[in-house]
Order: sequence, then C-alpha cells, then structure tokens
Amino acid sequence: MSNRVVVTGLGVLAANGNGIHDFELALRKGQSGIRTNEKMIECGFGSHVAGVPRGTDELAESYFDEDLLRAMNSGHRVASIAAIDAWTDAGLARPDPADDTVDWDSGAILGTGIGGMDTIASKVVPLTDAHKVRRLGSTAVEQVMASGVSARLSGLLALGNQVTTNSSACSTGSEAISMGFERIRNGQAERMLCGGAEGASHYIWSGFDAMRVLCRKFNDEPERASRPMSASAAGFVPSAGAGVLLLENLESALGRGARIYCEIGGSAVNCGGHRGGGSMTAPNPESVQRCIKAALADAQTRPEEVGAINAHLTATGADPNEVRSWSLALGCQPQDLPPITSTKSMIGHALGAAGGIEAVASVLMLKGGFIHPSINCEDVHPEIEPYAASIPHSLRELPYLEVVVKAGFGFGDVNACLVFRKWSE
Amino acid sequence: MDQTEIFEKVIKILTPYVKNQDALASVTAATHILDDLKVNSARLVDVVLEFEDIFEIEIDDDDVDSVETVGNAVALIESKLG
Repeated sequence: MSNRVVVTGLGVLAANGNGIHDFELALRKGQSGIRTNEKMIECGFGSHVAGVPRGTDELAESYFDEDLLRAMNSGHRVASIAAIDAWTDAGLARPDPADDTVDWDSGAILGTGIGGMDTIASKVVPLTDAHKVRRLGSTAVEQVMASGVSARLSGLLALGNQVTTNSSACSTGSEAISMGFERIRNGQAERMLCGGAEGASHYIWSGFDAMRVLCRKFNDEPERASRPMSASAAGFVPSAGAGVLLLENLESALGRGARIYCEIGGSAVNCGGHRGGGSMTAPNPESVQRCIKAALADAQTRPEEVGAINAHLTATGADPNEVRSWSLALGCQPQDLPPITSTKSMIGHALGAAGGIEAVASVLMLKGGFIHPSINCEDVHPEIEPYAASIPHSLRELPYLEVVVKAGFGFGDVNACLVFRKWSE
Repeated sequence: MDQTEIFEKVIKILTPYVKNQDALASVTAATHILDDLKVNSARLVDVVLEFEDIFEIEIDDDDVDSVETVGNAVALIESKLG
C-alpha cells in the first residue's frame, strides 16, 4: 500500500514568534529572536545569548489546568502547545477529557534531543543528593522519561495509534517527520503529529558551551550572534521551542475537506558511520549527499525541480562543507544552486526542535511562495562565496515555488532530509 | 486547629488535582478522593507532601494507605496534630 501524505496542520513556538501567523511574519521580515540570557551570564558561560520563545508559561496556563502544568517541564509545555495548535489548525477538535473515545487512527512521533534536563538538574539531582527522594513527588518520572514529551500529548488528544519519541540530536525533528510520513504512506495510520521540541534551560546548553561550539563573540549584539554562512560566524546560538506538523493521508484530508498546505513527496534518513570525515560531532559529507539524493529519489523529484533549500546551517565551521554538499548532491554548479537559507540565523539552533520548527518554516515558504532571508551573512564566508548569489539577504518572492527541501544533520553523524511539494491533484 | 479548619485546608490542597469539579461543589467528609473527585491516583503522593508542608506534620507511607475519603484525610491529619 502506498498512500499520498499531505500536511494539513502546523504549530510552532520559536524564539522570534509563537503561532504560525507571528512566526511567518517574523520570517518574512528577517526578525531575530536572539536575546541576552541572564542565567548564562550568572553561571559563567562564555556565550551570553540564546533564543527562547517568549510568553510560553502564560500560553501554557491558558492551555492546561494546574494539575497538568505541575507535571509539564519546559519541553513538555512547548511540545504540547505546538501539537495542539497543529491539530486545531487542521480543523480537528480538542477532545473532552471526560470522553473515553480513543482515536485509533491518529498518533504522534514527537522528538527531543536532550529531554527533561531541566527537571533532572533542578529537582532529581539536588533532592536525591540531599537524601530527600520522597520530596520528588509523583511527577519526576513522567518529566524525565524520554518519551514523556509524546506521552503527554497522547492524553491531551486521545491518540490511539503509535505514540513515541525519537531522538537523533539535531536531526530529531526532521527524522520524526520522515518516520510519521512513512507510517501514513504504508497505511498504518491516518494522521500523525510529527516534529520536535526542546526546553529552554541553561543546563541543556552548558555542555555545548564547554565544547566551545556556542557563539561568544557577539554577546553584546544578540541579534547579530547567529551567523550561518558568514565569514564572521563564531558558533551556534542555543535556542528552544517546538515545531509540529499534522501529516495526513490525502484521502482522509480530502474526505473531510481539510485545507492542504503541501504534500510530502519523500524523505530519507541515514548515518555517516563516523567515517570519511564524520565523527560524533561532524558529518561525513558523503552521507549528507547520499541522504539528500535518497530523499529526492524517494520523492521522484529531479534536482532541477528544487526551488528552495532550508538548510541545516548552524553558523559553525561545518557550514562551507554543507553548502558544498548541497551543490554536489544536486549535481549543480555553484552559481546554479537553488536559493538556500537558514532559519537558525533568526531563531538560533533549537537542537531537537530545530527540524520541526524549520519544517514549519519550509511549509510556510512553499505555501506562501517565498524564501525567507538568511540574516547576518552580508560578509559571506570565503568558501561559500561561489554560491553567494543563492543566499537571500532579504525576502525573495518565489511565486512559482514547487519544491522545498529541508535537511537536518546531527551529532552522531546522523542525517534526515524531507522533500515538500506543492500539492495538486 | 478544629476539624472544620482542617477540612477546609484539605479541600484547598486537593482542589488543583480534582478532575470532577461538580463533585467538589458538593464535597463532604464521605466524598471519595479517587472515585468521586477523580484525582489521579499517582498524584496522592504529591497531595500527602502538601499535607506535611501545610500542617507541619509527618505522614508515614503506611498511613497513606488508609486514606480513601476526604474524612479519612482529615482524621489522619487530626491524629498527627495530636
């Protein structure tokens, strides 16, 4: 069985905007959501800037009752809000908690890169070390178990199909969408909420700061700190949030008259085996190229059909290699590379949520016929200079945009690539 | 502290955990915490921690097993307060 899979709902909480309306507006304007982070300064981080979605606790209080909120850490909150938004955006109703009906055809693959680190650091470790285990109460486990982020959602929406959490570092969100897409294509589910979420916590970011991979050269100018493809790029800016897509079997979507954003043409995931330049922290360029090619082949899409690339591009030394890999995978000369942009230039690197949030950006660009600016790279990196014409420094309208490709590459040398296609009968 | 005062404090502590707000409106000592108020059984652990904090008492895990109704909770707290 091979079903066509479409996107019928979107939900997002990102550093530069919550909800698809504000998020799209910020993307079009090239608005940075990076701000000074007092906690990072207080704790002696080298980097003092981060991208944290604003007003999420107030939002959560309007979505969930007090009992639920007690058991939801920062990752759970953003994941659940984004997923409920995607669900209602698709025209589906949030079920009554007292109604025992289970939706056996709908599931969720909601990933996280790090998980409940804020709960572990602020509760589990200090209380256990102080021999006050009992004081942990009943909510510690559900917040630190990796699958907590998706398990919470199954209760909120009465999901009865597969509900799980994947984790593949920075490719997590893209991988989740790939997995949900395959499940619907194979006829195992009608609808899948897919994407990624990451909480905002200095405990999550401290290890990255220790690795010296976070940007510490723009502490006084937070909005300029995330600089993918720039000659003055100095590391990534950590961020948080969630991005969720509601994927749906085309027949189901048409049957209920749902608004269709686009189709998922195909996808691929792979790993570079920590060979050929790949390692725990660097991608094997051959595996990156194979992943992109495999996704295009899966989508039966020719490289010349690709109208825009929403790349992984984090503002580290890996950027030039990535741009080169895109060009090699598409088999094009540098000057013929399709427009390429980095959502991270505005929101930073949301780790396990990055793929989900950036997939939402990709779908909005495809639906709206534009590519958002990749900010902070007026000084294009010398090795990326041959591709400079493909970088939008301001909004580019692309009214005939048919295909947007999104990829994510993560620690562990893992890759995921998605091909979004304009939907037409 | 008299029974009425303990009862009122117990209800205040239970309120955020109650899923059946209608049952809360007509709550009595005989109201069952899990069956009537629909409090998630796992959350009893948190409720007991709050009893300890608010009333400044210590409650053994074995004592908790005897608590089914609001009245049971009030009686247990009263006994601990001496």
